[in-house]
Amino acid sequence: MRALTWHGRHDVRVDNVPDPAIVNPRDAIVKITSTAICGSDLHLYDAVIPGMKKGDVLGHEFMGEVVETGPKSTLEKGQRVVIPFTIACGSCFFCENDLYSACDNSNPVEKQDASEALYGHAMSSLFGYSHLTGGYSGGQAEYVRVPFSDVGPQVIPDGMSDDEVLFLSDILPTGWMGAENADIKPGDTVAVWGCGPVGLFAVQSAMIMGAGKVIAIDHYPNRLRLAKELGAEVIDFKLTDVREALMEMSGGLGPDAVIDAVGMEAHGFTAGNMLDTVKQRFGIGADSADALRQAIMCVRKGGRVSMPGVYGGLVDDFPIGALMEKGLQVKTGQTHVQRYTADLLKRIQDGEIDTTFLISHHLPLEEAPKGYKNFHDNQDEWTKVVLKPH
Amino acid sequence: MASYSTHPGGPSGALPARSAHDEPNRKGTNDPGTVLGLIATGALAATAIGVATARARQHDRDRRPPDDAPARTAVRNRMGDYALVGKTVTINKPKAELYAFFRDFQNLPKFMENVRAITPRAEGDATRHDWQIRAPGGRTVDVITEVTEDREGEMIGWRSVEGSDIKTTGHVAFKDAPAGRGTEVELVIAYDAPFGAAGRMVAKVMQAEPHIQARRDLKRFKMLMETGEIATSQMHP
Repeated sequence: MRALTWHGRHDVRVDNVPDPAIVNPRDAIVKITSTAICGSDLHLYDAVIPGMKKGDVLGHEFMGEVVETGPKSTLEKGQRVVIPFTIACGSCFFCENDLYSACDNSNPVEKQDASEALYGHAMSSLFGYSHLTGGYSGGQAEYVRVPFSDVGPQVIPDGMSDDEVLFLSDILPTGWMGAENADIKPGDTVAVWGCGPVGLFAVQSAMIMGAGKVIAIDHYPNRLRLAKELGAEVIDFKLTDVREALMEMSGGLGPDAVIDAVGMEAHGFTAGNMLDTVKQRFGIGADSADALRQAIMCVRKGGRVSMPGVYGGLVDDFPIGALMEKGLQVKTGQTHVQRYTADLLKRIQDGEIDTTFLISHHLPLEEAPKGYKNFHDNQDEWTKVVLKPH
Repeated sequence: MASYSTHPGGPSGALPARSAHDEPNRKGTNDPGTVLGLIATGALAATAIGVATARARQHDRDRRPPDDAPARTAVRNRMGDYALVGKTVTINKPKAELYAFFRDFQNLPKFMENVRAITPRAEGDATRHDWQIRAPGGRTVDVITEVTEDREGEMIGWRSVEGSDIKTTGHVAFKDAPAGRGTEVELVIAYDAPFGAAGRMVAKVMQAEPHIQARRDLKRFKMLMETGEIATSQMHP
């Protein structure tokens, strides 16, 4: 089959790779009908996530049609399914407590040693996202092997288009959990760093959860326009002193909750951020965390910090004093996708949430490298790329 | 298992003096060798400080009352000539079910990667088994075990007997986990490593070090019991 494979920094190619097959009893094989490039795929494209191997098939946002099932799968051939990017067994302590991205049993044992050394514990596997999280082949391909297919996949009713439901695989639940982790009370002022897909969905989710005012921060005019259309007030950090503005826009108090939807490759021109970027480029371990630093400095005393943005290593100059002295609460983590899919599908069906506004480009799978390049280089116009393998 | 002491002396005592005596010949102050000499002196000083620090740490450890942690988690981890490994994992299943699966020793190769096969010594013999264990360099180590302790639903103990290639003793214990989380399974193995420390070093490089193996095996056991399969990212059987 054809698949998008990783070969190094800014080097991805569509290659021939062997078709996947049923390996374990609970597996299913899904024929991919739509698959998106995620902002976190750009961390792989920039080669700042450890544990990648040449030839790895990328892609963790995908959906398609069930074409083969293992003896213990509960799916049926022909069903349309969206697949959560976190692979979870459904029966360990963590899955039973809805902490699916902490699943004990999806990360192959021999792959767990490195993440135990790096993080203290091994996390669940993710599709198409480095051997630290399992090394499973991803969905930017014609077919994919889906382990634990009786737990993760969300069956999609007839009559809903791929574009309406594809983002249930990752970015919609990730934006939703980002807002949920901000513990929003009615009337709260919520500031969101980053108007990429997750940031925009966090804006949308925060509104639904009752925020009085949502302030979105970015520097891409088109993305700020999208945030504005969702009802947010916006700050362009190239025009405005962010902290000063947030204080003034929140009665001198600071936002009640802040959401870092940027993560480890923050853009910006502060000294701290440029130093982070240099260290990251030379592989000496530092994540670039300027959005997070700023969020912690801006949030009000006793406020809440939510971090859906991805970090993978260590960070320098972390404002630990502000965190402690201001008595902040922090919630973060890879998304527990399976916790949210059914509820969010219903909200889409009811017309409460629309995600199609985000898609800027549809491309055949063969043009995936072009999609990566443009999504990376021209983030203002290429807000979301959906690939069509068939 | 909990109360043996981790001391004494340790290998660190043998190292320091020899390098001091082996210092190369002194040369004139203008000789380019002087720089090297200075570096060497610095290195010796650093070594001496390192050894002194290690001794101080050992002395400090010897003076402390024992704590409540399992002995195998001690920073110095030896039991005479035996190496000791052990791991605990919580499995979300009742202990009776886990015990029953483990007690049928022929099940163990399903999750113990380095155990090729386990067969009863005689038809229907549930206490004495032949183990074929994969060893570094493509070799096989044969061990004959006898069950030394068998408490239903609680614990199974075994040890190697005459005719085995290595000496080993071990147990697996099952106890109810707190808050209804299933069962805490503890696997402890003491073994006299083939070729001693060098053998363990080679084994470690080849990822067959029993310490890693015990952890991985227990995790596979957990996967098999909780999900009915062992996770793999292979695309083909």
